[in-house]
Amino acid sequence: MSEPLELNGAMEVPKIALRGVKKAFGPKVVLDGVDLDVKRGESVVIIGGSGTGKSVLLKSILGILQPDSGTISIDGEDTTHIGGRDRERVMRKFGMLFQGAALFDSLPVWENVAFGLIQGQGVGRREARERAIATLAAVGLGPDVAELSPAELSGGMQKRVGLARAVCTNPEIIFFDEPTTGLDPIMADVINDLIVKCVKNLGATALSITHDMASARKIADRIAMLYKGKLIWVGPVSEIDNSGNPYVDQFIHGRAEGPIQMQIKAF
Amino acid sequence: MNFLSGIGRATLTFLEAAGRLALFTLTALSHCVRPPFYLRHIGRQMVEIGYYSLPVVGLTAVFTGMVLALQSYSGFSRFSAESAIATVVVLSITRELGPVLAGLMVAGRIGAAMAAELGTMRVTEQVDALTTLATNPYKYLVAPRLIAGTTMLPILVLIADIIGVFGGYLVSVYRLGFNPSSYINNTWQYLEFMDVVSGLVKAAAFGFVISLMGCYHGYHSRGGAQGVGAATTNAVVSSSILILVLNYLLTGIFFS
Ligand SMILES: Nc1ncnc2c1ncn2[C@@H]1O[C@H](COP(=O)(O)OP(=O)(O)O)[C@@H](O)[C@H]1O
Ligand SMILES: [Mg+2]
Repeated sequence: MSEPLELNGAMEVPKIALRGVKKAFGPKVVLDGVDLDVKRGESVVIIGGSGTGKSVLLKSILGILQPDSGTISIDGEDTTHIGGRDRERVMRKFGMLFQGAALFDSLPVWENVAFGLIQGQGVGRREARERAIATLAAVGLGPDVAELSPAELSGGMQKRVGLARAVCTNPEIIFFDEPTTGLDPIMADVINDLIVKCVKNLGATALSITHDMASARKIADRIAMLYKGKLIWVGPVSEIDNSGNPYVDQFIHGRAEGPIQMQIKAF
Repeated sequence: MNFLSGIGRATLTFLEAAGRLALFTLTALSHCVRPPFYLRHIGRQMVEIGYYSLPVVGLTAVFTGMVLALQSYSGFSRFSAESAIATVVVLSITRELGPVLAGLMVAGRIGAAMAAELGTMRVTEQVDALTTLATNPYKYLVAPRLIAGTTMLPILVLIADIIGVFGGYLVSVYRLGFNPSSYINNTWQYLEFMDVVSGLVKAAAFGFVISLMGCYHGYHSRGGAQGVGAATTNAVVSSSILILVLNYLLTGIFFS
């Protein structure tokens, strides 16, 4: 049914569309007019230094934070100010892997993974449990992990459970907030592979944020760089090394010298 | 100028906090009465609040009853009014001490636990995670606690009333040498239905306030472990003060 749209890429409604999104906390401007389109099935990675507002941007799209101005559209529907049942309906399209995994520590692992099925979609507990265990297997965790409490897991395992929870409901759009931060390089690569695999299998659209360039190169189709509240560069991952943008160059090579001056002092 | 702007800022901060609390309360209440209901969670909270608070509330009640009997004996014997002891014990407990002391004990136990749990969920982004899983945190976290607090405290207080009166009976009979059956008679003689009911209504109000403060401060906590600690303190202090103020207001309504 959607074939005609796909033939004509220019006409396709973007999965996520941001227009002039601004967000400030008190006097501190975090987002200062962000514009971005994410097409269906595309994987976009936003890079940027710590504290540049990457998480704030994700939370604005998710509706956890309200932008001060600008619009956010999901599948062409303006979701900037919706609430209640409409918000929940849009939320069902989303899966989210939080920076700290954010697993519910009062629930065993399998209930964490099955949470969206049980509470969000009203799937029975028995069936939800089976699907949760299957999803855990997909991220390389055995059924013995299912009964453990999240506090008993290592950081890498928590991230995997968080990933399983994010994909268990077969969401159309998945968000990853620093999926590899705090993991050793090998585990980080395992997570990257899992993300690529899960997104491919679901045919989902993915929006990730990271400051880990190895991860960005692996999971991105396109990369966008956030600096001082704006996306200063957006382009395909193949062009990241020849962006011609001194900010991007400094960031991907991790140099202390360059146009980006780290604010050592909190102002 | 500075002085005036200071007053203005304090007023604005206060109004903002009051508005936020009012909004929180209304939102939470609206989720208490609209489906879906998380019965499993309501049940778990009821057990947590009602059952596990029994020992501490029971101990408080029995010692309060005992000390009431002892104190009123040493006072009343000066003008040979020892027969009033049973009445003093049962009226003090059912009207005032049962609900207030149980409320304060539960505020320390449950209010603190709620604030710490919700606060930790907030700062570790578990509350945000709930939202992204299409589950409303008010409905899933706050409403079950409000419902359980409001319904369980009256039951706790009813039990505390009985245990407290029993404590007074123990001291009067075994220490002060009263006749058991006349003590029990005196207990019933001047007790009115309204004495007990007013205490239970107070208990329901206190239970609501305890859960509300625990959830409110936990839900709005920020800034890591320190923020959670502050939320816990604020929950206990504010619910204790509100219990004392509410107790005065409700007593005024019932008995004037
Ligand atoms: N709820 C909030 N209240 C006030 N300030 C916030 C809030 N959330 C984030 N910020 C501020 O916004 C800035 C960007 O934060 P964040 O998006 O978490 O950065 P990052 O790019 O590392 O994910 C930070 O300086 C942070 O202090
Ligand atoms: Mg972040």
